[in-house]
Amino acid sequence: MRDAFIANLGRIYALYTGTFLVFVVVLAVLEQMGLPPTVIGYAFVILTIAVYAGIGILSRTAQVSEYYVAGRRVPALYNGMATAADWMSAASFIGMAGSLYAQGYDGLAFILGWTGGYVLVAVLIAPYLRKFGAYTVPDFLAARYGGNLARLIGVIILVCCSLVYLMGQLTGTGIIASRLLGVSVQVGIFLGLAGILVCSMLGGMRAVTWTQVAQYIVLIIAYLLPVVILSAQLTGVPLPQLMYGQVLQRITELEAANSGPGGYLEGIKAHVVAFNVRDPLNFFALILCLMVGTAALPHVIMRFFTTPSVREARKSVGWSLLFIFILYFTAPAYAAFAKLEVFENVLGRSLEDAGAIASLPSWIFSYGQAGLVKVCGEAAASADAVLAACQAAGVSTLDFANFSIHPDTVVIATPEIAGLPYVIAGLVAAGGLAAALSTADGLLLAIANALSHDVYYQMIDHTASTKRRLIVARILLVGVALLGAWMAIAAPAGILIFVSWAFSLAAAGLFPVLVLGVWWKRANTPGALAGMIAGFGMTAFYLVGTQYMGMPTWFGVSNISAGLFGIPVGFAVCWIVSLMTTPPSREMQAFIEALRVPRGGVMVADKHAD
Amino acid sequence: MQSTPMAEEYWRRTRNLMWTTLVVWFVFGFLVHFFVGYLNEIVIFGFPLGFYMAAQGSLIVFVILIFWFSAKQNRIDEEHGMAEEE
Repeated sequence: MRDAFIANLGRIYALYTGTFLVFVVVLAVLEQMGLPPTVIGYAFVILTIAVYAGIGILSRTAQVSEYYVAGRRVPALYNGMATAADWMSAASFIGMAGSLYAQGYDGLAFILGWTGGYVLVAVLIAPYLRKFGAYTVPDFLAARYGGNLARLIGVIILVCCSLVYLMGQLTGTGIIASRLLGVSVQVGIFLGLAGILVCSMLGGMRAVTWTQVAQYIVLIIAYLLPVVILSAQLTGVPLPQLMYGQVLQRITELEAANSGPGGYLEGIKAHVVAFNVRDPLNFFALILCLMVGTAALPHVIMRFFTTPSVREARKSVGWSLLFIFILYFTAPAYAAFAKLEVFENVLGRSLEDAGAIASLPSWIFSYGQAGLVKVCGEAAASADAVLAACQAAGVSTLDFANFSIHPDTVVIATPEIAGLPYVIAGLVAAGGLAAALSTADGLLLAIANALSHDVYYQMIDHTASTKRRLIVARILLVGVALLGAWMAIAAPAGILIFVSWAFSLAAAGLFPVLVLGVWWKRANTPGALAGMIAGFGMTAFYLVGTQYMGMPTWFGVSNISAGLFGIPVGFAVCWIVSLMTTPPSREMQAFIEALRVPRGGVMVADKHAD
Repeated sequence: MQSTPMAEEYWRRTRNLMWTTLVVWFVFGFLVHFFVGYLNEIVIFGFPLGFYMAAQGSLIVFVILIFWFSAKQNRIDEEHGMAEEE
């Protein structure tokens, strides 16, 4: 696993991809020969997790710099893949297409927000933090802003943002594992947890990096394949991202023809028309918070500490966004194809008798049994159930108002909509699992590293030996993982809203001091401390106030965009307090000057690095 | 280091590149989407242009922008002798 490994990366991952495809084909053949779906589900979960775990074990390390930053040897392209897997969560993989289905144009705020932030990462933050040579984001805050108080506040913000996000990923893992294996969500969470820990515990960042590359390959194949086949079936061209323009036209025609009084689309909001769900203020505020939050979430920033140079760090941001883009520009195609299927083959059908209902597409009942598809307000478990519910509601024609699908269904049901064998559905679930596991890995490592490196080593025991540091790091990793799993199980379902809050909290708490720390020499310790507390506090105040205290919203801004108030407060307070207090020392000025030029290698030397 | 004219010139160009990149980012992240209603009147290959820009167009610009930025910044580094040693 030395430099021969780096030199052969292309061959290794090409072989891996080929093997994975062969595995899918073999399962498909076995399915035709009568292999039951449950076995296929188990095969996907066990084999993919075994591969990730195998990579994790092969990547074990006893060196601090390998554990924290993968030895800074990850080439830009591979770091891009790892970052893309790190970034794209279960929500991106499974949920986003469904949000676009439901919200049309207004859902595109997520697509724009979760991609545009990488421009800020590349220009403002990543190259400079890479040059500094930090192990963690609080490392940088401590060096730039006078020591452990800034470090501690950084750690608190990091843990708050990442832990709720981790909880969301663990829940996602549990749901996917439970669907695939037929176990309960709780058991699924612990199965996922085991997979995550085997990957990350022995090898830290190094193991997580090479696992995430493998997970990216699985998730991107799984995401593209069903919709490519569907596009080929419906339009004759296997390029869904290009062909869904025609689908949008058809959707718009059907909306125009059937949304009048008594039409089966009465009351529908036009798919391509803006600002039906969000007003312009909320649309743009959400984009801003997601973008700035992207550039401040520690599990993303720390991926760019692993590249061999500042130059590679910059390029790596470009690769990351390219790999993310491949999934994100496909999601609206999923939404459009699903919507057309619903408009043409589901809505407008008669609900008069069980025979007519039974002729509805079969996916409605397969996902209705899981409660994901509802007709006339009840789960569409069978034709009889639908008949009973609709007769009780007095509905005789299936219309838009009486049909709802859970956002997760769009991606999951596409293989069945396209009439593909179960093996493709299993592949999609394996992709969703890869997306959830890879993000959970990154978050877990961000939290555990902040606790082991920043709190334990830097603040509690600065004389600890390498061996001891790595033992503590691993114990904390397991501890945080168990805490996250416990929270995921204990938390009520609605708590997933916290995930979108993490962006606003990171954006307001960390972004201003990171950016000003590099770009404004005059920013000093009191300014940064006040800025972090004020930005984070303002955002938390608005979130908690509007969510739980009945506080009215300001200018109608929804609390998922709370950063709209917190970000300017963070900048302004840091700026004003810095100007009111003494400028940074001459040594600090020299430090910032060195930070700004790539030449000269990393600026921190770890005395126990090896 | 900052005191030498070379270093000052280096940072001036780096800062200008930063602002240029952020202007492009702002235009495609926000500004074009203000005009979604007008852009949707134009339909290309089935896509209303306003929808297309938010679903694909701006994303493509972001990807190209980052690669362009990183190439440009590398050139600035090299021209001022600030690039990393091999």
